[in-house]
Amino acid sequence: MKRRSLRRWNNVLFLGLSVLATAVGLACLAAILWTLLSHGVAALSWRLFTQMTPPPGGQGGLLNALYGSAVMTLLGILIGSPIGVLAGTYLAEYGRDSRLSTAIRFINDVLLSAPSIIVGLFVYAILVVRMGHFSALAGALALAVLAIPVTLRTTEDMLNLVPAGMKDSSAALGAYPWRTTVSVLYPAARSGIVTGLLLAVARISGETAPLLFTALNNQFWSTDLSAPMANLPVVIFQFALSPYKDWQSLAWAGALIVTVAILVLSIAARSILALLQRSRGAAR
Amino acid sequence: MAIIDARHAARQLVYERVFRGATLAAAVLVLLILGGVALSLVKGAWPAVSHFGPKFVTTEAWNPVTDEYGALGPIYGTLVTSTIAMLIAVPTAFGIALFLTQLCPAVLKRPIGVAVELLAAVPSIIFGIWGLFVLAPILQRHVQPWLIAHAAPIPVLHALFKGPPYGIGVLTAGLVLAIMVLPFIAATMRDVFETVPAMLKESGYGLGATTWEVMWHVVVPHSRVGIVGGVMLGLGRALGETMAVTFVIGNAHRISASLLAPGTTISSAIANEFTEAVGDLYTSSLIALGLLLFLITFTVIALAQLMLRRLSRSAGAAT
Repeated sequence: MKRRSLRRWNNVLFLGLSVLATAVGLACLAAILWTLLSHGVAALSWRLFTQMTPPPGGQGGLLNALYGSAVMTLLGILIGSPIGVLAGTYLAEYGRDSRLSTAIRFINDVLLSAPSIIVGLFVYAILVVRMGHFSALAGALALAVLAIPVTLRTTEDMLNLVPAGMKDSSAALGAYPWRTTVSVLYPAARSGIVTGLLLAVARISGETAPLLFTALNNQFWSTDLSAPMANLPVVIFQFALSPYKDWQSLAWAGALIVTVAILVLSIAARSILALLQRSRGAAR
Repeated sequence: MAIIDARHAARQLVYERVFRGATLAAAVLVLLILGGVALSLVKGAWPAVSHFGPKFVTTEAWNPVTDEYGALGPIYGTLVTSTIAMLIAVPTAFGIALFLTQLCPAVLKRPIGVAVELLAAVPSIIFGIWGLFVLAPILQRHVQPWLIAHAAPIPVLHALFKGPPYGIGVLTAGLVLAIMVLPFIAATMRDVFETVPAMLKESGYGLGATTWEVMWHVVVPHSRVGIVGGVMLGLGRALGETMAVTFVIGNAHRISASLLAPGTTISSAIANEFTEAVGDLYTSSLIALGLLLFLITFTVIALAQLMLRRLSRSAGAAT
């Protein structure tokens, strides 16, 4: 009888701790979002989108940083995602179980969680040292390297979800594999691949470490890809650690913008996936 | 007609070869990137490695003025902050995964799961400024004075919680890291727990076990490999995390027994000093730090992947 009540107490104790752990996790998310909102909203104004980053103590906005982040993220995706999609296609359609594919899958998963600062050092070594100076192009390349594993993984997964019957039908009509892939598999897996791109954009648009010594920062408006370019994460980093109140509030505004953008992208990607799964479930 | 068909077929064959070649090239590029990363780090680190030899990883000195660099401080900081992070994050993540898979009402399952995953999507720099402006002041005012006062009479704890409450420091960095890696570990554990066949769990309940007993004696042993894989994946993140740590660790190349003292980690040292490093030996020493980090995280992540792979293979074989 005694033993039984001990077991029951144990059960209540550990389940209680489990609920507590979940509450703590959710509280952290809430606390971070609340801090961002309370500091960030206060700092929001039209100036953010019309003026350049100010010198110390001055007033200004984040226009050059927003532009730089948009350009480098876009370039990063434009360079990285075709590679990721093509490599994913190889793994799903040509390589399948070959030893090369197994190795690539493994390496890709390692790259997916490798520290991004290492990627920064890599691009620094192959591009910045050679060019002799920091540049937006180097920043975009670092982001592209980070985007490849994400798009590769989702592309392969999504192509594997396409029913084998569709592929067989196309092959039975005499189509070569490339034709099947381009005209049948890609359209069928389109929304899944787009989701992968969204996730990749979300992943790279908040990256700071790889930009520190590739794109660096630029206080002024610059559209030159071979020159240092301002970008939101690095501006947030530098302004938040500065002693100036104006800079700190700009950092909070920037942090709010980045986070909201990333959360919206992630939620959008998730909803597309959920819709996909539902429609696929209904089809069966 | 036959000629056109032949031409058409020949052209199709060319397209096929080009397309196949392009996908193969892209796939091989992934291998080349990893190889390139390793090669460029070794090449960049070589001057420092050949100059200092094994002394590089055993000395604490980090002095740009006399051009002497030792990696012991950053290595120590990386290991200690990651240890703190794992000590906090692993049990908490376990609790979250337990809640999500065994206790949570079906209606809440998806929203809470998504919330945990969104926490994983928040960029690390946000954790950094949150840690610096919100967590550090709270710790400095309320938590650290209490720790210092209450740890003073206890021998080991006294050394761990000694000195003035700076707010920022090794302990704060560990805490921020714990919050950062929590969602990764929790999400992996949840997925692993969900692979446990319902039949096994039902058998446990059928024998009269409580929910906790089923969890501890059935679910955990069954998913041991996956749990370790998830923990290692989180550890890989914690070891390599840069921005969140750089904000709150205080950046001092010093090893102190006290967890309240400022320190540095491999990644935050690189982030802080790389663009300001003058002199080839300084830059090379920082790249050597990067090489160390690469080797450590590569090993940890590779082991994690191997374990998770083994699990998914055995789960695939069972179903």
